[in-house]
Amino acid sequence: MAIKLNVNNVAATVDVPPEMPLLWVLRDKLNLKGSKYGCGMGVCGACTVLVGGKAMRSCMTDVGSVGDRPVTTIEGLSPDGLHPVQVTWEALDVPQCGYCQAGQIMSATALLQHTPHPTDAEIDTAMSGNICRCGTYPRIRQAIHEAAQAAALAGSK
Amino acid sequence: MRLNRRSFLQLTALAGGGLALDLYRSPLAIAQSIGKPIDLAPQAFIQIAPDGAVTIMARASESGQGMRNMLPMLIAEELDVDWKDVHVQQAELNEKVYGPQFSGGSANTPMGWEPMRRVGAAGRQLLVTAAAQTWSVPETECTTKSGHVLHAASSRSLGYGELAAKAATLPAPALSSVKLKDPKDYRIVGHSQTGVDTHAIVTGKPLFGIDVELPGMLFASIEKAPVFAGKVKSANIDQIKAMSGVRHVLVIDGGITPAAYTPWEPGMEPGIAIVADTWWQAQQAREQLKVEWDLGPAATQSSVGFQKRAKELLAAKPGNTLRKYGDLDAALKSSAKVVEATYEYPFIAHVTLEPQGATAHWKDGKLEMWSTSTLPVDGRGLVAKTLGIQESDITTHMMRSGGSFGRRLQNDYLVEAAWIAKRVDAPVKLLWSREDDIAHDPFRPGGTVGLKAGLDAKGKLTAWRHHLVTFGDEKHSTSGGGIGRDTYPAGFAPSYELYTSAQPLMLRTGAMRAPGDNAYCWVSQSFIDEMAHAAGRDPLDFQLELLSNKQAPWTATGEDAVGDHEPSGQSVLIPERFKGVLELVAEKSGWANRPKTPGRGMGIAAWFCHLGYFAEVADVSVDAKNKVTVHQVWAAGDVGSQIINPGAAENIAFGGIIEGMSHMGQEITLEDGVIQQSNFHNHPLMRMRQAPKIEVYWRKTDYAPTGLGEPTLPPTLPALTNAIFAATGKRIHTLPLQKSGFSWA
Repeated sequence: MAIKLNVNNVAATVDVPPEMPLLWVLRDKLNLKGSKYGCGMGVCGACTVLVGGKAMRSCMTDVGSVGDRPVTTIEGLSPDGLHPVQVTWEALDVPQCGYCQAGQIMSATALLQHTPHPTDAEIDTAMSGNICRCGTYPRIRQAIHEAAQAAALAGSK
Repeated sequence: MRLNRRSFLQLTALAGGGLALDLYRSPLAIAQSIGKPIDLAPQAFIQIAPDGAVTIMARASESGQGMRNMLPMLIAEELDVDWKDVHVQQAELNEKVYGPQFSGGSANTPMGWEPMRRVGAAGRQLLVTAAAQTWSVPETECTTKSGHVLHAASSRSLGYGELAAKAATLPAPALSSVKLKDPKDYRIVGHSQTGVDTHAIVTGKPLFGIDVELPGMLFASIEKAPVFAGKVKSANIDQIKAMSGVRHVLVIDGGITPAAYTPWEPGMEPGIAIVADTWWQAQQAREQLKVEWDLGPAATQSSVGFQKRAKELLAAKPGNTLRKYGDLDAALKSSAKVVEATYEYPFIAHVTLEPQGATAHWKDGKLEMWSTSTLPVDGRGLVAKTLGIQESDITTHMMRSGGSFGRRLQNDYLVEAAWIAKRVDAPVKLLWSREDDIAHDPFRPGGTVGLKAGLDAKGKLTAWRHHLVTFGDEKHSTSGGGIGRDTYPAGFAPSYELYTSAQPLMLRTGAMRAPGDNAYCWVSQSFIDEMAHAAGRDPLDFQLELLSNKQAPWTATGEDAVGDHEPSGQSVLIPERFKGVLELVAEKSGWANRPKTPGRGMGIAAWFCHLGYFAEVADVSVDAKNKVTVHQVWAAGDVGSQIINPGAAENIAFGGIIEGMSHMGQEITLEDGVIQQSNFHNHPLMRMRQAPKIEVYWRKTDYAPTGLGEPTLPPTLPALTNAIFAATGKRIHTLPLQKSGFSWA
């Protein structure tokens, strides 16, 4: 079945069953390998992407349910890594193994879109669906605070 | 250069005390090859383009410990180039050229510190020689800076790029002959350098084993028996073959004979491999599989049975005496106070966030593999043996992996991918589901420990009796379930006895970050805290006094660390270093003036393993429902004279502490041989809301630098359970926390 998608502002058509999870369409049909498989049941967050601007677990999202909502993956956030969240992530050298970080960055991006200056408690709530097996949480928290500041500075110029 | 054996031997130490030379072949083979030093050629590690761009090969596998930075930084420092001009490239597997390429046992720092710097210095020497010959001046008049050779007397300078062609024609100097920098002149080492892959990670570039993409590639998933080594009797294979996207359905007979002792890399597990156009289709097909299994003898195993047998063994005469000195019975008899306790800890799974998998392509009698193994030379050997092919017909690409924590030292998934690829006319990517990854993990084995210790009238420790009930047969402890004769407080307790007993285990076990130590530290440091409180003394003072005791003399044998020193003398516990980290963490955490309020408490613990010393203090609250909040952890580490990449080192310490917390809430259980846990909802990891504030301090000492992956973790568990005791007066003798009535908030 031909399904139309808008991924990272590019129109794509994939011929797959509508119940195929968005994660596997992204990875194995559109060759966007940034979103990761970790649990297959929406409890680790490694597959997080933005669908219609909201953070979604792509492993639990049937591709047929996406409709005309735009999908943003880590590759579409900024290909050069210039999104403020990516910039602070790199500046603080957040990753260890790095496998969860695309999902962390997408969840953090969604958080900052709706809550430009999150408190620690708001970070806890928004980010506790994303597991980091390596334990980079202190750096992730710091990076979110710094990205919020950077965005505020950029906005005030 | 010799391999420090401590880290590996802790995986395989025999219950009876002897060294099993055949148990863990490859590290020993590596040790032997290292015993005959490989003459590393600087040209193999360093490439300099005419424009001065420098490529440095990273020899070790990378799974998040920062090896692609740490080892190349050592080369770049002595080569005397700017780090910004360096491009790091992962080496393919070729230990004849690169030396040891495994990442395990926190061994890369001690193994690489000297040789990698010498490789860089030899490269610099070649460039200096090339410049001196070009200018016809003595080499001694030449200096280097930022990728240039300088001749001050004539104000001349040549970039390394301009000298590279000439330097490449010169014979490389012997590594032992080159002069190394004074550490005070370091411009790369000791300065935080961002991970070489960090930009690719934050932009979602394909980097990991799971990201390999090859033309015409097929995807594989394997259904295995719910019980270890259970075999396929029959299955609806024809029906599955007819499903959409399915190309092949292959029955794996496997090569495991369940027995009381399950060796490291026991062989292929039986199952049914489904190869399809997409992994999702392979998984869909798996759901329709109907298999009749011959479950075999492992179906008789259960956690309840293990527990029952452990209690029986604990009450019986121990199976093996590992160490005995002093007159323990007399010391206990004359003690003012005797304390007994039994500690229990469970099996746990590695749960690397990237599940196990590999890609392989069999073509024209040659095999190409994309591997995430952290012991890739072992993987290549196993693949060759299993497939009946020559190692020389195998190429191994070393891919970054989404975490190892000891899991990827075993190569079962790599062998499976290669086995499937040999039967399929296309490249094949094998991926385990999360459920596969937990059910077929080489678990950290559980254990039960009986302890008995005495105090004299002044509250000094008089005796320590330690009986570990582990798994295995009468000769071998299961991997990860052996214990060294130097297990603290061995040597410091005035009288000491260490025993083991073992019960059969038909299950794959392995090395979990800080193998052995991740459990033994919790047991010993909890019981020391228990003894200090029984004596009515401050736990820090009690332990500092213990460490001041005259050490009991002893002679090391194979399974112990002593006698195989690399760097020299550092594999023996040095009390000054152990005390040093305890005193530093006490100072930083305000231990002496810690507040004493009901429901809140601080605990302290320390450990020595993998050549490193860590002490940690935890500050916790426990609410009325016994939910535990960790407010802060302070850590003090001594891994020698140099923190090579400070930012990454701090991050790894955060990780060790947070992983230690995760271990405290995890448990793998069996019923009728079936693992009861399946995913992160019932084998949880710590999450953002549970992560404490962490401060990490370094105590720099004159010893050669050593690794950080492992020693950061062990003290976390007892620091936390000792803190829970301080907050509640309740001693946790059983992990996970839930089994003692506590849970994470």
